[in-house]
Amino acid sequence: MTRLYPKRIIGFYVDGFRSMTTGRTLWKIIFIKLFIIFAILKLFFFPNYLNTNFTTDAERADHVLGMITQPVQNPK
Amino acid sequence: MVEQIDLTMVNWARAQFALTAMYHWIFVPLTLGLSFLIAFFESIYVKTENEEWKKIAKFWMILFGINFAIGVATGIILEFEFGTNWSNYSWMVGDIFGAPLAVEGIAAFFLEATFFAVMFFGWERVSKKFHLFSTWMVAIGSNLSALWILVANGWMQFPTGMAFNPDTARFEMQDFWAVLFSPVAISKFTHTTSSGFLLASLFVITISSWYLLKGRHIQMAKKSILVAAVFGLLASAYVGFTGDEAAYNDAHKQPMKLAAFEGLYDGEKGAGLMAAGIINNSKKVNDDQDAFHLEIRIPGLLSLLANRKLGSFVPGIKDLVYGNEKENIMGASEKIKKGKAALEQLALYKKAKKSGDNAGAEATLTVFNQNKDYLGFGYLNAPEEAVPPVPLVYYAFHIMVALGGLFPIIFLLYLFFTLKGTIIHQKWLLALGVISVFLGFVASQCGWIVAEVGRQPWAIQDLLPVTVARSNLTAGTVQTTFFMFLAIFTLLLIAEIRIMLKQIQIGPEGK
Repeated sequence: MTRLYPKRIIGFYVDGFRSMTTGRTLWKIIFIKLFIIFAILKLFFFPNYLNTNFTTDAERADHVLGMITQPVQNPK
Repeated sequence: MVEQIDLTMVNWARAQFALTAMYHWIFVPLTLGLSFLIAFFESIYVKTENEEWKKIAKFWMILFGINFAIGVATGIILEFEFGTNWSNYSWMVGDIFGAPLAVEGIAAFFLEATFFAVMFFGWERVSKKFHLFSTWMVAIGSNLSALWILVANGWMQFPTGMAFNPDTARFEMQDFWAVLFSPVAISKFTHTTSSGFLLASLFVITISSWYLLKGRHIQMAKKSILVAAVFGLLASAYVGFTGDEAAYNDAHKQPMKLAAFEGLYDGEKGAGLMAAGIINNSKKVNDDQDAFHLEIRIPGLLSLLANRKLGSFVPGIKDLVYGNEKENIMGASEKIKKGKAALEQLALYKKAKKSGDNAGAEATLTVFNQNKDYLGFGYLNAPEEAVPPVPLVYYAFHIMVALGGLFPIIFLLYLFFTLKGTIIHQKWLLALGVISVFLGFVASQCGWIVAEVGRQPWAIQDLLPVTVARSNLTAGTVQTTFFMFLAIFTLLLIAEIRIMLKQIQIGPEGK
């Protein structure tokens, strides 16, 4: 009986997805959105600045410390 | 070391973050509130076994699903922005927020993968009670998944339970419970989530009113209104209570924000609460112009709200900028001196450490620690820079409060006429109901403007201004992604509205 549980759970999801109507459009939107967010935006436009430009935490700390201890001219 | 700081970049990054957060906040409050309303509808169904309630729960669940699907992952973009545009900030607070946010994300994923699936697919496949349990878990889980991000926001407004490590340039957590249970974090969470309950109640009222005006799905609309009006009324009271708590916290932890949203330039004892007023946009903190063209204040009430004491002193913007010896208030000028001393010592500490001068490093650290609470002021060039944009904060606050006063009246009227059985004849009220959700969105967004613009110039209150929290990027990079987001979010919003309108048109009897 216990062995059947995974099958029943998978069946639950499969049937659920099959019977969707509006949900199908929504899943399409979700996948397109996730693709744009992770495969385009994150990859090409939103690199992690510190991870990209420095290799160790010590370098990152040194960079940030350098940034925060220099004088700044604030916008009017 | 950076040679030159691009300030245009800071303002574009600010605009981008504001844009993303405001779009994100269109979807989130509906998720927070609708999930509970669906749980109420379904609970009534399980209790009464009346199939009409099941139909109602299923209908609102579809709209909830549409909103959730369009809104999901829009918050991730904020995290991208932290890493790209605000890398100094991200690095400095990473120790405090990194792990809890990740745990929260994973927990939310598993919760959604299990209970969401049962909620949407399980109507005929699991027992009524287990289905109801799943619906409640979705409601509770959705709201809890907003917890840590709001705690993080609360910490930025009132940094506590941490210590700054000058070796790693990080704020490190010292007391988890102090961060979690800080009064600002608690009021941030309760005020924000309850505003979501209120907004979702207005959403149900809006659509149900439209049905009543069209003469469609009348029973469903009336029943939905009854539950939404009761929930909305309770939520309104709670929003008022938590809002009062938030203002009290502002008075003690962020007095400049309170002075800004009240347009209070000169502090006074028995300060009056602004009931209505037209602010003078050209007023500067250091000139003699009147702050208002027209003002109506309720005497003593601001003192009562700020200090729970009628005749108490509430500092104005001038007191906070230039100091007030009589009231023992240190001005921004004095804080700037201390902040610059802290920064100077931090730079010397770094130099001493690099050259291996441990004794020198220890000596600089002692002076740094004496002034570290004012670290952020060291970046300001003039005390007036500690003042946020007063007119924007003032109007946002008063619009939010005025609408917050209107909503319980709307809920009361709906409740009264629904119980009386004449709601369908109140065309004027139904027309007001149809636009009420848009007013709810205005109030909700205004609330965030007060919270975020009101704490400028700080990314972390008193410790880190936004000008220093940024990455070393050019404005062009941020401009490009700003317009990309504008396009993507607008498309998503159009998609949400179109799919939702189609579903509303179909109604509860549709496929």
